[in-house]
Amino acid sequence: MIDKFVRSMAEAMAGIKDGATVLVAGFGDVGAPNALIEGLIEQGATDLTLVVNSGGRNRVAGAEPSGLTRLVALGRVKKMISSFIRAQSIAGELVRAGKMEGVVIPQGTLAERMRAAGAGIPAFYTPTGAGTLVAEGKESRWYNGRECILEEALGGDVALVEAWTADRWGNLVFRDASRNFNPVVAMAGALTIVQTHHVCDLGQLPANEIVTPGIFVDRVLHVPAGDPRPVA
Amino acid sequence: MSEHKPLGRTGMAARVAQDIPGGWYVNLGIGIPTLVADHVPAEREVIFHSENGILGVGPAPAKHRENPWLINASSQRVSLHPGGSFFDHAMSFAIVRGQHLDLCVLGGFQVAENGDLANWAQSAEAGTGQIGGAMDLAVGAKQVWVVMEHTTKGGEPRLLQRCSYPLTAPRCVTRVYTSLAVLDVAERGFVVRDIIAGLSFEELQARTEAKLHR
Repeated sequence: MIDKFVRSMAEAMAGIKDGATVLVAGFGDVGAPNALIEGLIEQGATDLTLVVNSGGRNRVAGAEPSGLTRLVALGRVKKMISSFIRAQSIAGELVRAGKMEGVVIPQGTLAERMRAAGAGIPAFYTPTGAGTLVAEGKESRWYNGRECILEEALGGDVALVEAWTADRWGNLVFRDASRNFNPVVAMAGALTIVQTHHVCDLGQLPANEIVTPGIFVDRVLHVPAGDPRPVA
Repeated sequence: MSEHKPLGRTGMAARVAQDIPGGWYVNLGIGIPTLVADHVPAEREVIFHSENGILGVGPAPAKHRENPWLINASSQRVSLHPGGSFFDHAMSFAIVRGQHLDLCVLGGFQVAENGDLANWAQSAEAGTGQIGGAMDLAVGAKQVWVVMEHTTKGGEPRLLQRCSYPLTAPRCVTRVYTSLAVLDVAERGFVVRDIIAGLSFEELQARTEAKLHR
């Protein structure tokens, strides 16, 4: 019997190695696999390349830093690839101090590079970023009168995903705007680990409504995490 | 010197909203552009897109009806219009890059007379910056309107012959809404469509580095 559910965080995190590339879904706190990030902090892997839309908010006095920010602050991330790395955030400060490599790329390119990795497409041409700093060092060609740059697929050794409901085959549905990067990240990871608010029996998710088919998913941990936090 | 009152953030947002026709699919950027939605009359059906995977974004809900799972690209809690839909980020940017949006309204630091836009960084310092969805939107939407103060807080012009800040995209802006004027970006440069009451063309030119056309 196929059963992708794991019973503990330790089981969910087993085998993540130092130096791994980790893809993290979520947009702000919505759809973010926060429990899995806590698990990764606990698990101890270091020298990570972290791929995540945002490198975290600016420092706010009294505000509790997110798990992602703490992972970064602990010095466990050697390279961060994001569409936002704010200069006044902990990640931005580490980049400016030369303690972490930061790579800022367009959000659509970030999504498409992960989609391409999951879809077996090694690289693609896009008009996004042509004629800007993003194009530096990249091949370019003109299509239909527009300059386009070559962007490469971006897969991960590990992908961290948050779902609303999952079954034992790893089929996933998402709640409202928490879908965001989750289906894309799920398909781009060699080892895709999911935290899910709810679980259900096989056959309970209507086949017409499954968003991520379980073939992309390796492990599922039941974490009734509660509502996303508002932005401070 | 004539008497004139520059538009504030709300005034600029309302001015942009005036020009958005019913039936358009529109993405609103972070900052002043986000305010535009509040000024589109309810009977004019405009469908708002948000990068994080939403079509049919509605206004901010009353406190007791807030849905923590439903935020816009500025991470503000919003509502969903009947008929609205959710999709993943790859599809969201397929909508953007694939030229399916009629319009995006972006904030800006600088716009050049050839339509170059700079809105994500004020220096070329490597490794940090806030690109977000701006580069995709700037190349992908059919119309790119920029809304910003006409000059910086220090009085430096923002409408330039060439941008000095790193570009978001070259030759992408089609119209600019500032605190003082509405300008189209045409083959010959900035063409003034509209100036706020009490300000002359010459006075507007004095606050602008690029040459203005009538």
